[in-house]
Amino acid sequence: MFLIPDIVVRFYHRMASPPHYYAFTQKIMPWLVVIFVLLTAAGLYGGLYLAPADYQQGDSYRIIYIHVPSAWMSLFIYMVMAITGAIGLVWRIKLAEVISISSAPIGASFTFIALVTGSLWGKPMWGTWWVWDARLTSELILLFLYLGVIGLYGAIDDKKIASKSVAILAIVGVVNIPIIHYSVEWWNTLHQGPTVTKMDKPSIHVSMLIPLLLMALSFKFYYLIALIQRSRVELLNRERHSQWVKTMLSEQQQ
Amino acid sequence: MKPARKQRLILIGLMVVGVSVATGFALKSFNDNLMYFFSTTDVIEGKAPKDSLFRLGGMVIKGSVERPNDGMMVRFKLTDFSKDVTVEYTGILPDLFREGQGIVANGKLNPQGVFIAEEVLAKHDENYMPPEVKQSLKNQSEKGKGQ
Repeated sequence: MFLIPDIVVRFYHRMASPPHYYAFTQKIMPWLVVIFVLLTAAGLYGGLYLAPADYQQGDSYRIIYIHVPSAWMSLFIYMVMAITGAIGLVWRIKLAEVISISSAPIGASFTFIALVTGSLWGKPMWGTWWVWDARLTSELILLFLYLGVIGLYGAIDDKKIASKSVAILAIVGVVNIPIIHYSVEWWNTLHQGPTVTKMDKPSIHVSMLIPLLLMALSFKFYYLIALIQRSRVELLNRERHSQWVKTMLSEQQQ
Repeated sequence: MKPARKQRLILIGLMVVGVSVATGFALKSFNDNLMYFFSTTDVIEGKAPKDSLFRLGGMVIKGSVERPNDGMMVRFKLTDFSKDVTVEYTGILPDLFREGQGIVANGKLNPQGVFIAEEVLAKHDENYMPPEVKQSLKNQSEKGKGQ
């Protein structure tokens, strides 16, 4: 641990302590909301108003400003859920368990949004709402994995055991993440190949790319806000018998 | 790191590796079934099913789209840039259907080797650009050909 600066280690340990996390997130919350609102406004204005229409799809392509960031978030949040789950398993850090389970409903929502917006776009463009190709099917499996995690956690009353079981399920499901990402390259699919995340330059005009990246960033901030709100509630619920929660509540009552 | 933690970390690592290897083998053995469509070369080489429905994917050859009877029936040629297959379809084509566009058609082969499609889906490519950029790209490539 001698390679990591002392201040980082101290920050990490402080953050892992529930009362500090609770107080710290309360302080940064307004800033996160401000950044999120600004990014979303800029991204939507850029995407829906400034960006030009597509040469083939006209204005219909604008659904990518919701669809693509949601799909990215569905994968990103799953990785956060699995990694924090693994940290919780190995180091038994309560906060990691809380972050992991609090991510699940947010990830499930983004997966759902990606599937629905893709379907709405698919009907006029492809000529069908849904096909069972590798990309669409693996993304649907991701939704079921999220629902499985949420269901399993809810089904077990002892939240310590629930967290462990959920972490194992989440880690096993990680195998689906590269499958979703590479499905369009490994197999013939109706879904198109990657546009932005490929090695050579993106095959999207820069005037359309910038709003897309802004929206992607704004979705990250939305996740952060939603995650903090959910995790604070989850933390209070789990720690309701601990001294710091009792002290805080009695201070608030006075 | 404490031995107990190290053990748990290794256990998780082994679990991830194990699940990945198992999934890798499963996907490899189901590889052909995971393909959403057959290519035109598959059809010419006889790899596609003869009597049952299957999906055929390829690019619509420029200048090959015709309506022989002035009706709803469309005939066009699909290619994967090596072998061509003729497709016939009666019905409404999706918005993105045009010459030079990738499509996926569901149907079966008739005895003459013509693919009778029951459904045609457009496969969008990964390119997004404004119409002006497309026009200038086209102009450039025409200039390039002229020289």
